Amino acid sequence: MFRKPNPASGIPIYLQIEEQIRHAIETGALAAGTQLPSIRSLAETLVINPHTVARVYRDLESEGAIEIRHGLGAFVAEAWRERVRTDRMRSAQKLVRTVVRQLKAIGLEEDEIRRLVEAETAAHELVAGRR
Amino acid sequence: MDTILETEKLSKRFGDFEAVSGLNLRVRKGSICAFLGQNGAGKTTTLRLLLGMMRPSQGSGHILGLRIDDEAASVRIRQRVAFVAEDKRLYDYMTVHQILGFTKSFFPGWRADRESDLLRRLDLPLGCKIRKLSKGMRTKLALLLAFARGSEFFILDEPTEGLDPVAMEMVLQIVVALASEGATVFFSSHQIAEVEQIADHILMIHKGKLVLDSPLDRIKDEYRQVQAVIHCPVQNCDFELDGVERICVDGSTVSMIVSHNVDAVMDRAYKMNAVSVEVAPLTLKEIFLETV
Repeated sequence: MFRKPNPASGIPIYLQIEEQIRHAIETGALAAGTQLPSIRSLAETLVINPHTVARVYRDLESEGAIEIRHGLGAFVAEAWRERVRTDRMRSAQKLVRTVVRQLKAIGLEEDEIRRLVEAETAAHELVAGRR
Repeated sequence: MDTILETEKLSKRFGDFEAVSGLNLRVRKGSICAFLGQNGAGKTTTLRLLLGMMRPSQGSGHILGLRIDDEAASVRIRQRVAFVAEDKRLYDYMTVHQILGFTKSFFPGWRADRESDLLRRLDLPLGCKIRKLSKGMRTKLALLLAFARGSEFFILDEPTEGLDPVAMEMVLQIVVALASEGATVFFSSHQIAEVEQIADHILMIHKGKLVLDSPLDRIKDEYRQVQAVIHCPVQNCDFELDGVERICVDGSTVSMIVSHNVDAVMDRAYKMNAVSVEVAPLTLKEIFLETV
């Protein structure tokens, strides 16, 4: 179910796989409680370093997206999707509301604000390269 | 972390030519470590030094805690390390079946399960004389003989050279399986794509010297190409900051390879009234081309 990452891109493989799994959880393609493949089998299927898979699982566990049950494997965490999405969106909305209000106050048009946001997100992705 | 291979100031001279020069290498246990460099950079010489097929002119090293330049220790290294040489030399007069029987008699840890699995996957003709095998088949056979040894450490010199893409992917998959079982793999290559796919650590040499020693993820996370347009006169020394690996000034454009500290480099550019500063990620291929 997972796609092979593009090793030649500037984005580290672990980030590409994390993104895929997160996306699968967010869209419901991986339901809560679903067991993820073992480190070894995912490494062999995608032909990537097993340490990379281990790191992906560790990262996803620490952000609460999956649970590692020792001796059993990795499972999609219960209710992670809803929790993260609502929390994140709620606090983001607050921030954006303030910024938009301030920008309008100094006379910016809506499409100008939109352009600025787009340019900043693109630039940020390149500078930071990681989340 | 445990170290499985370590060299200290390893050097090899041939007359006036220094093929390997003061190499300090370190490979961690359990890693898939790639050894990159152009043709003639000194990769094969280094591997020959590591396996005691050549004596260092200076410096030394250890594999599995055994000294590489001590004759008795070196024999033990070769017993414990599965090595595939660049030339994939095999006994021409034997058949595939014969060389399998011959090789496994030397290794008590021989993995019969892996042997039969690989024979099937690599599609090797058992009754065929080695002399009659194609270059690709020969490479596959050499790899099979190494992979089935049940070693904890594999040193592979250009393992996928001459293989078609399907066989290449299969070999990478086997390397991944070995690493999943806890084995360490140290392989030389100039196939950037395969290195990026499976390696976790990169050692890059150029003209016998180590020029890059870093986890692959760190390279991808931190290496950036920065291009700034600055209309006032700029000199290289204006950008000699921590993390700037390479600077090239062309008219009012400054191009830099930055290994870390990108923010400070951008700040400097803005302080010099840069009219534009662009940051782009770098692929290993670009780093390779820039570094060697």
